[in-house]
Amino acid sequence: MQEVKIRIRRSEPAVSNEVRYQEFTVPVGEGMVVLDAVHYIQNNIDPTLSVRWNCKAARCGSCSAEIDGMPKLMCKTRMDTLGKEITINPIKAYPVVKDLVTDVSHNYEIAKKIPPFTPKEGLKEPWTMMQIDVTRSKEFRTCIECFLCQDVCHVIREHQSNYFGPKHVVKIAALDLHPLDSIDRSELLHHDGGLGYCDITKCCQNVCPEEIRITDNAIIPEKERIVDHAYDPIGLLIKKVKRRKW
Amino acid sequence: MSGKYDYTTLKTDVLIIGAGGAGLRAAIAATEAGCSVIVASKSLLGKAHTVMAEGGIAASLGNVDPQDNWQVHFRDTYVEGVFLGNWRMVELLAKEAPDRVYELERYGALFDRTPEGKIMQRPFGAHTYRRLCYVGDKTGLELIRTLQDKVAHSEAKILDEFVVTKIVSVNGKVAGAFGISMREGTFKLIECKSLIVASGGLGRLFKVTSNSWEGTGDGLALSYRAGAVLMDMEMVQFHPTGMVWPPAVRGILVTEGVRGEGGMLYNKDGERFMLRYSPKKKELDARDVVARSIYREIIEGRGTEHGGVYLDIRHRGAKYIMEKLPSMYMQYKEFAEIDITKEKMEVAPTVHYHMGGIRVNPETQMTNVEGLFAAGEAASGLHGANRLGGNSLTDLLVFGKLAGVSASAYAKQGKQIKFDESVVKEEIDRVMSFVENPGATNPYPLIDTLRESMSKYVGILRNDSDLNKAYDAIKSLKPKLKDIGVRGSLRFNPGLLACLEFTNLIQSAELLVRGAIERKESRGAHFRSDFPNRSHDFRKNILFKLNEGRDEMSFAAVPELPDHLKDLGKEED
Ligand SMILES: Cc1cc2nc3c(=O)[nH]c(=O)nc-3n(C[C@H](O)[C@H](O)[C@H](O)COP(=O)(O)OP(=O)(O)OC[C@H]3O[C@@H](n4cnc5c(N)ncnc54)[C@H](O)[C@@H]3O)c2cc1C
Ligand code: SF4
Ligand code: SF4
Ligand code: FES
Repeated sequence: MQEVKIRIRRSEPAVSNEVRYQEFTVPVGEGMVVLDAVHYIQNNIDPTLSVRWNCKAARCGSCSAEIDGMPKLMCKTRMDTLGKEITINPIKAYPVVKDLVTDVSHNYEIAKKIPPFTPKEGLKEPWTMMQIDVTRSKEFRTCIECFLCQDVCHVIREHQSNYFGPKHVVKIAALDLHPLDSIDRSELLHHDGGLGYCDITKCCQNVCPEEIRITDNAIIPEKERIVDHAYDPIGLLIKKVKRRKW
Repeated sequence: MSGKYDYTTLKTDVLIIGAGGAGLRAAIAATEAGCSVIVASKSLLGKAHTVMAEGGIAASLGNVDPQDNWQVHFRDTYVEGVFLGNWRMVELLAKEAPDRVYELERYGALFDRTPEGKIMQRPFGAHTYRRLCYVGDKTGLELIRTLQDKVAHSEAKILDEFVVTKIVSVNGKVAGAFGISMREGTFKLIECKSLIVASGGLGRLFKVTSNSWEGTGDGLALSYRAGAVLMDMEMVQFHPTGMVWPPAVRGILVTEGVRGEGGMLYNKDGERFMLRYSPKKKELDARDVVARSIYREIIEGRGTEHGGVYLDIRHRGAKYIMEKLPSMYMQYKEFAEIDITKEKMEVAPTVHYHMGGIRVNPETQMTNVEGLFAAGEAASGLHGANRLGGNSLTDLLVFGKLAGVSASAYAKQGKQIKFDESVVKEEIDRVMSFVENPGATNPYPLIDTLRESMSKYVGILRNDSDLNKAYDAIKSLKPKLKDIGVRGSLRFNPGLLACLEFTNLIQSAELLVRGAIERKESRGAHFRSDFPNRSHDFRKNILFKLNEGRDEMSFAAVPELPDHLKDLGKEED
C-alpha cells in the first residue's frame, strides 16, 4: 500500500496561542478520500484530532477544509487526485475552535435576518405550481451550507464589511424565485446585506461542490434587480453591458 | 482555571434531543403551543442524518394515481411490516400524511410537479400506488432546510454540537438531561418539564451502513438507562442497494429511486434475477425481499467481482437520469469514477434503518417514563418488521408533530422535577474518567471489533450459532468498557465521543442480539435460516426494561386490529 504524508494545522485558541503543523503518515487504499485519511489518524494515531463531519457522502456540507490551499469537502476529495505530501488547513474565513473545526455560527445569525418564505395571500389549496417555475429555484436549493463559497470570497476574508456573502445570496435567490413567494429581498440584500461589495470575481462559483452558478445565476440577477432603486457600481456596469448587447 | 465539577444550568419547558426531521418538526409544534424549547443536537444545525434522505416522502395524495387513499397506505404499511406494527400508529401515519406534506409545502418546500402543477409522486418498493412526493433525489435536504428555516425564525433555542450523555429521571419521571458543549468544551445541565428523544437510529453499530456518524443509538441507550422500555430491537433494515466499490465508499446509499425510476438488477451472468424471486413486484418488492435476493445471488457465486450485483438505469437516457437522479450521478462519478448514464452500477445491501427503538404510547408518543417522549427513527412500533421506503420521512413529520404537541401539553401541566446534585457529579465523574485515565485503552479498535462482529453475525440471514457468536463477542467486549479512554479536553474531542458512543453501542448491540436470538422465526427484516417460516406464536413484540441494573426481557402481544381496520390488515398465510 502507498503512503502519504499529511500535515495538519493544530490549534486550540481558547487554551493557547500555539499553532503547529503536525505530520502524519497514512496508508492509502483504493478510492480513499481525505476524510478517510483523517479518520485513520484519529483511530490509529491521535484520537484528539478534531474535525467536523457527518455524512461522508458529500451531502451535509460539514467537512469543509483547505486541502493544499484549495477549499474543498474532505469527503469528496480523493487521495489519488493529490500528491504524496498533503497539507490540510481549516477554512480561513471563520475563527478556529480546534484543529480543523471552525466557528461558523455567524452564518446562522445572518440566516435569521433573511425573511422566511411568505406565501402570497388568497391562494387556493392545494397549491399548483408548474415544474418549469419550480426548476428556476431548484438550483439554489441544492446548497449544502458548506460555506466554501464564503471561505474564498475576498470580501469576507479581508474586509470588515456587512456583506452577507455568496451562500446567503444563494439562499435569498432560492426564496425570491419560489413561484408563490410574496416578498422581495433584494432591498435587504443591498442595504443590510452589502451586496454592493461583491465585484463578481466568481471565485465562489468555482469552488461550490454542488456546482451552483452562484455569481451568474444568483448574484448578478440580484444585482440587476436592485440597481433600479439603489446605487451599486458593479450592478450598473452589468446593466450597461447587457443593454449594449440588446 | 475552572474546576472539574463546573457546569452551567439551562431551564426550559420542552427539551428535544435531535435536530433531524423529527426533532425539528417537534420543535415547531412545541413553540407554537407556547412552550420554551431547546433543541440539542450532536451535529451542526442543518446537518442531521435526515439531510441525506433521497427518494421521497410517502403520502396518499393520489395526484398521479387517483385510486390511492389512506386505507391503501395503511394496508401497505401494516402488511409489509408483517403484522408486527402498532395499528394505531399506522393509521395515524396513513391518515395524516397528506396534511403534513401539504403543510411542509406551505412552510416553503418545493416539490417536483405533475404536468397539471400538482405535487408529483413516484413509485417505490411495495407501495401499491405511486405515492412518494419528492424533490429530485434530495428530498431530505429540502425537508431539513424548510424545517430549519422555520425553527430559526422561531423562539426555539438551538444548542448544536452538544452531546447529551445522560437523561435524568426520578421515580419514573423525567427531569432533564446533561451533556457536553463541544464548541465550548464545557458541561451543561438542562432542566426540563418534558423531553423528546428524536436521536435517530443505530446504523453505526454495523461495519457497512448508509448512516451518518450520529447513528450510534445514543437516544436508545440514554432512554433505557432512564427507565424507558425498548422494543423490536432485533428489527434492522438492510437497504438492498449500497455502493460496493471502491472500498472507501462501501455502504453509501444508492436510492431506491433508481429502481423507482426503472432501474433493473442483474447478476454477473446478465440474468434479471428478481424475475425469479418476485415475478410480480420484481425490483420494487419490499426491501427485505430485494435485499435477501441480492444477498443470495452474491453468496451463491453469481455476484460481481467486488461482491455485488449490477443495477442498470442506462435505458432511461442521460437527460432523464441527470434530472431525476442528479446526486446518484454525482456520487458514482466522484467516488467510483463511473458514469451511470453509460455504465452499470455495482450494488450490495447496506444497513440502513432501525425499526426497533423506544416504545411509545401511539396516542401521545410518551414512553413509560412520565414526561419522556420519543419520535422518528428512535421510536418504535410504526414500521413493524419492515419499513417501506418513504415512510420514514412521513413518520418524522406526523409523529414529530404529535410528540411536540403532547410534550408541550404535558409541560404545561407538569412541574419541574427536582433531583439531587449528586446525579450530576456522578455523570461528570463517568465522563471525565475517559479523559483522566492515562493508561487507558484506545476505544477505536474495540468499536471496530464490535462493528465487524455485528456485520458478520447479525446480517441478512441469521441463525442461532452466528447470533451466539455475536453475543459472545459483545460479552467479551463489555468488561473492557471500564478501561477505555483518551487524552484531551471536552472540546471537540472525537476520542471522548468514541468512548461515550461505544458505551451506547454496546448497550444496543446486546439487546438487539438477545432479541434476535429469542425471535425463533422469520419475519420481515429478521430472517432466520434455522427458522425460515413466520410463526403465529411470535406475533409479539420483544421488550426490554432495565430493572435494578438487570436487563429484563418480556413479550407483548401485538394490539389486535379494531373492527374498522380488520379487513385492511388481514393476515393471509
Ligand atoms: C442515505 C439515506 C437516504 C434515505 N432516504 C429516505 C427516503 O428517501 N425516504 C424516507 O422516508 N427515509 C429515508 N431515509 C431514512 C430517513 O432519512 C431517516 O430514518 C430519518 O431521517 C431519521 O430522522 P430522525 O429525525 O429520526 O433522526 P436523524 O435525522 O437521524 O437525526 C438525529 C438527531 O439526533 C442527534 N443526536 C443523536 N444522538 C445525540 C446525542 N447523544 N446528543 C445530542 N444529539 C444527538 C443528531 O445529531 C441528529 O440531530 C434515508 C436514510 C439514509 C441514510
Ligand atoms: S463573486 Fe462576489 S461573492 Fe463571489 S467570491 Fe467574488 S466577490 Fe465574493
Ligand atoms: S452555495 Fe455552494 S459553496 Fe456555497 S455554501 Fe452552498 S453548497 Fe457550499
Ligand atoms: S461529511 Fe458530509 S459533506 Fe463531507
